Amino acid sequence: MEKKNPMSKALVRRETLAGYSFMLPSLVFFVGFVIYPMIMCIYTGFFDSTMNREDIFIGISNYKELFQDSIFLGALKNTVIIVVVSVPVTCIFSLWVSSVIYNLTGPICSAFRVIFYLPVVTGSVAVTVVWRWMFNNYYGIFNYIGNKTGVLDRNINWLGDEKYALACIIIILLTTSVGQPIVLYVSALNNVDQSLVEAAEVDGATKFQCFWKIKWPQIMPTTLYILVITTINSFQCFALIQLLTSGGPNHSTDTIMYYIYYNAFKLYRYGYGNAMGVILAIIIAVLSALQFKMAKSE
Amino acid sequence: MKTSKFNRSTCYKIVSVIVIVIFAIAFFFPLYWIITGSFKTRAAINSTTPQWWPHEWVLDNYDKLFSKQQAPLWQFHIPFTGIEFTGPIVPGAIRWLINTVFMSVMSMILTCITAAMAGYALAKKRFVGRKLVFTLIVCAMALPKQVILIPLLREMSALNLYNTMWAVILPIVGWPFGVFLMKQFSEGIPGEMMEAAKIDGASEWKTFCTIVLPMVKPGIGALAIFTFINSWNEYFMQLIMLSSTENLTISLGIAKLQAENATDFGLIMAGASLAAIPIIVIFLIFQKYFTKGITMGAVKG
Repeated sequence: MEKKNPMSKALVRRETLAGYSFMLPSLVFFVGFVIYPMIMCIYTGFFDSTMNREDIFIGISNYKELFQDSIFLGALKNTVIIVVVSVPVTCIFSLWVSSVIYNLTGPICSAFRVIFYLPVVTGSVAVTVVWRWMFNNYYGIFNYIGNKTGVLDRNINWLGDEKYALACIIIILLTTSVGQPIVLYVSALNNVDQSLVEAAEVDGATKFQCFWKIKWPQIMPTTLYILVITTINSFQCFALIQLLTSGGPNHSTDTIMYYIYYNAFKLYRYGYGNAMGVILAIIIAVLSALQFKMAKSE
Repeated sequence: MKTSKFNRSTCYKIVSVIVIVIFAIAFFFPLYWIITGSFKTRAAINSTTPQWWPHEWVLDNYDKLFSKQQAPLWQFHIPFTGIEFTGPIVPGAIRWLINTVFMSVMSMILTCITAAMAGYALAKKRFVGRKLVFTLIVCAMALPKQVILIPLLREMSALNLYNTMWAVILPIVGWPFGVFLMKQFSEGIPGEMMEAAKIDGASEWKTFCTIVLPMVKPGIGALAIFTFINSWNEYFMQLIMLSSTENLTISLGIAKLQAENATDFGLIMAGASLAAIPIIVIFLIFQKYFTKGITMGAVKG
């Protein structure tokens, strides 16, 4: 477009000046509080850094230590479990719910959307404290219901038992992560080209075929976006862990995000925490790139 | 043949709706449990048989919540003078609520102003380096924002902003999602309108205020409500940046209550209601804008 319509140098200069004047306030915040800390994160990863003392350059020792730190490797494993379970479940569940509710009458559809979004709005802390109560050993309703229906024969200390704690965390995480995908899918499904669907129906396609051959390709960009944001969110799962289990029992619910917090803000090992942050960012970046690649090739 | 197919798909639909209704009840339940729990007596809460509906509604939990941890209603000091205004002493929970409102409103206003301007520039101005700025923004959005918290903490300490609301507000304003969203909205402005304004001799700033702003109003509405809710619930950053009792937000306040009274679920639920109800009411009022914000942010995501 710029080639078709060559601009004079003066015009370019004027546009650039105006452009940056409008960008300036935002750039100040963006560079000051996002870009600069990101650079510092990478930089301090190479230092032994803590409170009230000069940082000491130690090269890649932090990274070397990381891969010998069995707690970090355990946290990495837990994080991967959370992501591997929660991302597909979130996507499939929200696609299913959306495909059923998107063509219900307006108010009913938006009532469903609001209800599935409520746990997100309620806020991670309020949601977490109530789940902590529901999972409680003595006063929780899960033990009550389990005992009443005969599924359980004794009270289970859900969050205090290595076998169940991570599963409980994943369940709570799921309730707080399907809200946004449902909103996105409902709007994407409503934007599907209806004439194509009708044409296919006239040709005798089943509902199932209609969905996979016509609607699915059209909502692919939405699916991709949902995959990316759900992956990022699952990797960042923090409030739940900090408020429910603090990584316990016996590190069975440690995640990278919680372990970063623990090292940086409990042990004051800033450099080590930053090195972990860099690893986490690299993992997320690689995964996002892979997801884009996969979506492109389809 | 045709009728049986029709019936099968109707059947599937009815069964699905029923299952979804059950899920919806399950999703609504925690909120129901927070609110009813906050009005239950201690005996009802500490019984092993849950009361699905409180037999007796009491305000004990709220009394306890408001009698704990006093703090002045506001504290405001004029920089470099040492003059400080301090409000009347009120329950800590009220102060936390005020802090949270202040933080969310300031984040919202600053984000909307800066993002509307930057989004317009990115969408409509052909300036040198535009591609680079935009790429940086998209890349930053794809990274986990929590990993920058450690350097941010040191930066805020260096700026003397640690343990102030600004330490939470400034990074929220810097987060580029708003710019990205406003760029999407600004792209819909027809170029001819701006050309016309230019021919009439309007300055850049005037064009922005009179032509651009009115056209991106829905976008600003969406961004405003989105930012408000997200900053209200931004727990991790608050946890790291704020420490003293009078500077806590409501989320941190509940976390503190839970740390100090681990099994007094009535009290904790009262705190959780106080945190959740205002934001849910705001969400319900502005729900339409909110949905729009989410979906616009995803287009070409």
